[in-house]
Amino acid sequence: MRWRAAALQALLVAAVVAVVWLLATITAQNLEARRIASGFGFLQREAGFEIGETPFLAYSAADTYARAIAVGLINTFRVALIGIVLATVLGTLIGLARLSRNWLLARLATGYVELLRNVPLLVQLFFLYVIITENLPGPRQALHPLPGVFLSNRGIAFPVLEPDPVHGWMAAALVLGLVLAVLLVRWARRRQALTGQPFPALAAGTALALGVPLVVFLAAGAPLALARPELRGFNFAGGGALTPEFAALLGGLTLYTAAFIAETVRAGVLAVDRGQSEAAYALGLPPRRTMRLVILPQALRVIVPPLTSQFLNLTKNSSLAVAIGYPDLVSIANTTMNQTGQAIEGIAIIMAVYLTISLSISALMNWYNRRIALRGARR
Amino acid sequence: MKARLAIVACAAALASGAAHAQSTLDAVKSKGYLQCGVNTGLAGFSQPDARGVWKGLDVDACRAVAAAVFGDASKVRFTPLTAQQRFTALQSGEIDMLSRNTTWTLSRDTSLGLNFVGTNYYDGQGFMVPKKLGVTSAKQLNGATICVQPGTTTELNLADYFRANKMTFKPVVIEKLEEVTNAYFSGRCDVYTTDVSGLVSTRGSRAPNPADHVILPEVISKEPLGPVVRHGDDRWFDIVKWSLFAMLEAEELGLTSKNIDQNLNSTNPAIQRFVGASGGLGKMLSLDDRWAYNIIKQVGNYGESFDANLKPLGFDRGLNNLWTHGGLMYAPPLR
Repeated sequence: MRWRAAALQALLVAAVVAVVWLLATITAQNLEARRIASGFGFLQREAGFEIGETPFLAYSAADTYARAIAVGLINTFRVALIGIVLATVLGTLIGLARLSRNWLLARLATGYVELLRNVPLLVQLFFLYVIITENLPGPRQALHPLPGVFLSNRGIAFPVLEPDPVHGWMAAALVLGLVLAVLLVRWARRRQALTGQPFPALAAGTALALGVPLVVFLAAGAPLALARPELRGFNFAGGGALTPEFAALLGGLTLYTAAFIAETVRAGVLAVDRGQSEAAYALGLPPRRTMRLVILPQALRVIVPPLTSQFLNLTKNSSLAVAIGYPDLVSIANTTMNQTGQAIEGIAIIMAVYLTISLSISALMNWYNRRIALRGARR
Repeated sequence: MKARLAIVACAAALASGAAHAQSTLDAVKSKGYLQCGVNTGLAGFSQPDARGVWKGLDVDACRAVAAAVFGDASKVRFTPLTAQQRFTALQSGEIDMLSRNTTWTLSRDTSLGLNFVGTNYYDGQGFMVPKKLGVTSAKQLNGATICVQPGTTTELNLADYFRANKMTFKPVVIEKLEEVTNAYFSGRCDVYTTDVSGLVSTRGSRAPNPADHVILPEVISKEPLGPVVRHGDDRWFDIVKWSLFAMLEAEELGLTSKNIDQNLNSTNPAIQRFVGASGGLGKMLSLDDRWAYNIIKQVGNYGESFDANLKPLGFDRGLNNLWTHGGLMYAPPLR
């Protein structure tokens, strides 16, 4: 019986491999017959088109397709990572607000979740994009809410710190502070286990992590030169800027995903039996510690797996950027496909990249999930 | 069971591979209509009118082929395509021909597995800016934000032009024509660039107030636009090519949809050949001998199509006039 099952499975695998091989061969033959170029050689050719946003990686039209796609990948990462952080914070707040005893707060949170969750994301993106581009004035009449900050239909331009060698030292100091904080927390935990004496390790650790860079900053004479944006010709130059496309995409992804995360968080907290908090109170734990030490560790076990799905969704939904002109991976790959005519290779690149990103996020979240899982409950 | 499924799947894959080997003409005839890829909505070239009927110069190129093949210009179904979708749609066999203001270039003609049949509109790339910016030349556009559609020669010419003139720009790249023009009219971009025909068409049909926008004098590229077919089916290539030439030849001969019936018994040998009274040109194309007559009777000659679709939007014949009137439109002899 077992032998038969193994044989069947082997047969199935062989069949799948055969189908894939056959499809690949036929495709190659058909492309050859119609003299459509194939292969990945095009990646080394000059791209010839410009990209609107090129953070972290310099790019010009004279660079290769490979570099253009790398810029698209960075843009995808940028919006997905910031989006995940913001959506998690906002979603948690809204999820907890929905559980609040304050009637108005709870209803507002419910309204938010129902509204945002039930309107397609693409519609929300168009809506946000139109609000930004139609309602804000042109750069020459830009709104000026804070000194050095300009709000126009070209996005938001803001001052940034002039790069200074001290900032590198501050980063090093931050790392040092973090290491010290971790050591402190460990020491506090051991001491509590041995003596029962609590120590405010979290507060002290935070102070340490932030304090060390601050000391370096002050010791170096507090270099705070700002690069301010100015109107030059058609647009603002200097300083930092966020484009309307990025803002609309980030806003849309964050608001939409936060609605789902809110529900996940609410479900997680509700999944912890009331007896747990009652027992904690009976032991004399204050409410905040009850939350941190009793409720959250149990709720997280429920929250993390669906949260992973939401992170994956957010990352994949970022490909809707195409619709509003944010140059993400899909947008650049589409242009590449169209200029080179090599659709199969382009789609293969897109699929490989999203698969890699998704599997990485999954692996990371699974690792975290195992860490917080009940000891001994692993199967 | 699974293995059987796999065999079926393989057979299906092989069959679909074989289907492409069949001639396009036979395939079109057996399904009873021509599937033609057009723009999603470019006034004057391809756009549905208030009653949902597709109208435009590119649409007429499709109708001409239908008239030549079926003797009935209405046997066309239109597939609206974005700039990015168009070539894949043609390569995959989803459409029988592409007539979507597409620029003829060497790389498209060779590496995409396509054949350009000719040029039905000679165009060039230009820039449109709001009048209130006070810009008078493309050379003043350094640092501008420019709206452009992806996957076009426009996108490449734009980068070339700014590189050649040592200027920089910020592109805002949006695929859908409606969205990209909205972005320009809302002020997201300082400049909108595409072929001059597209600028004129967009200004005439979408601008809240057309007089607020100017098209700069520089024309930075050659853009010969024309219908496209797949590589590897020469008979179909001939049919689409000569359907286009027939419209030009008719204008040159003075044949229009109004007067062609009176010319059926003309003694002019060129007209006799054209209407199929002599010469047997239709047979050579594997079509009915009245193929060219049907095109002109039902669709009209090139000039009629131009006047009906483009003139109302403010287009000039210019380069698109017949060679006998100082333009570039020139059909090889129909004999």
